[in-house]
Amino acid sequence: MTDRALSVVRAGALTTVQDQGRPGHAHLGVPRSGALDGPAAALANRLVGNRPEAAVLETTLNGCAVRPRSTVTVAVAGAPCRVTVDGRPVAWGAPVRVPAGALLDVGAAVAGVRGYVAVSGGVAVEPVLGSRSTDLLSGLGPPPLTDGAVLPLGSPEALHARVDVAPQPAPPAELVLRVTPGPRDDWFTPEAVRAFTSCGYRVSSASNRIGLRTEGPCLERFRSGELPSEGMVLGAVQVPPDGRPVVFLADHPTTGGYPVIAVVRSADLPAAAQAVPGTPVRFVAARRG
Amino acid sequence: MRALPVGDDALLVEVASGDEAQALHAELLRRRAEGSLSVREIVPAARTVLLDGLADPARLASELTAAEVPPAPPRARDVVELPVRYDGPDLADVAALWGVSEPEVARIHASTEFRVAFCGFAPGFGYLAGLPPRYDVPRRATPRTAVPAGSVGLAGPYTGVYPRSSPGGWQLIGTTDAVLWDHARVPAALLSPGTRVRFIPMGPSADAA
Repeated sequence: MTDRALSVVRAGALTTVQDQGRPGHAHLGVPRSGALDGPAAALANRLVGNRPEAAVLETTLNGCAVRPRSTVTVAVAGAPCRVTVDGRPVAWGAPVRVPAGALLDVGAAVAGVRGYVAVSGGVAVEPVLGSRSTDLLSGLGPPPLTDGAVLPLGSPEALHARVDVAPQPAPPAELVLRVTPGPRDDWFTPEAVRAFTSCGYRVSSASNRIGLRTEGPCLERFRSGELPSEGMVLGAVQVPPDGRPVVFLADHPTTGGYPVIAVVRSADLPAAAQAVPGTPVRFVAARRG
Repeated sequence: MRALPVGDDALLVEVASGDEAQALHAELLRRRAEGSLSVREIVPAARTVLLDGLADPARLASELTAAEVPPAPPRARDVVELPVRYDGPDLADVAALWGVSEPEVARIHASTEFRVAFCGFAPGFGYLAGLPPRYDVPRRATPRTAVPAGSVGLAGPYTGVYPRSSPGGWQLIGTTDAVLWDHARVPAALLSPGTRVRFIPMGPSADAA
């Protein structure tokens, strides 16, 4: 193997390779996948001079540690955390030079959930259907990182970072999700439709890349019976039989048989990716447009 | 036909039957191929077609509901033949539900021409329509934690083949060696919406004899 590679020293709770995903294959049952906090992944790429479509590492809560085999530029964005190189603190949210053989440690998130580690040249695992993303629902793309794994890197482009440091939104203390009602709000009682946007929910610890699960008032159905399977979109708020809304994130199934009461604006989904379990959630009805 | 808005840039078009959904899907693919429809995803399902990634969903909604959907074009595509052994663990249960013998389940299933109504559940998993409604079966009361790849199952009005080992609640009637999904192959999916499918019974496998 060439020296354009990263050795994984500490994989962390769940670290995956992510890019902009593989949209366009939903009719074959292939989820779109891709970085949950897209703007943070894009920013990390910009900071190291990568194109926006380069693959990065997405960490979950407790970061990861890697050792590049050649000198690289790295940037960490998303959930704020302590970053060190060979034990010495370096900047978060800014380009950092990591010498060949040095240990880059991305620490536990001090707020938020998901960190994005961009490396100059990008993570160059073999693409599947045009994307390097790990899809945890269907198992496409590379497996989640494990200790001792080696990830190939691409060649750095001649692009220069256009920013040294950039402001990033803080992870939400309260998650406000603007929703447009439907397409199946008529499956719920009027009380349930009102409760959905007036009662508060909390982020459940059962949340993952497939969906943001919530705890709160149970939404009662007006209709019984089963909805024939239908296509699902990113941000769909599906209500399973337990009545607790689930917001579909990047690895969501492409079809489903539980009614969708509303759809979250895509601009609000990056914040959903950073909401720790227990965070209050408010669904706010927005005008279509 | 109803066109329900889904978020800000998608439409869920609902029709009365699986056949109408097939016709609508064919018409939307035709429009996309000729360049008059720009959309990221066209996802057919049981009674709906989802259009995701539209610039002006409201305009398309009024256009679609005003127009007649032409009947689906003749089935020009070749039939995909899947070799099958009718040796599934639920064959006896399905025979009891259908009120026929086990060999008769195999005969009825193998003499049916199926069509992939839609895909979902897993990459390459097709919901195959074609059996008459009297052969609808419920899902198993307790899903299996691991269904082997290649298992041929029934649920509701559909037949499906598990592309890889996964949990599942379908009634398993047989096994195929066909590779339903291989992302290194072009196309990766053996079955896609609209594909015609027949199951070709094989004798018992040599190692099972």
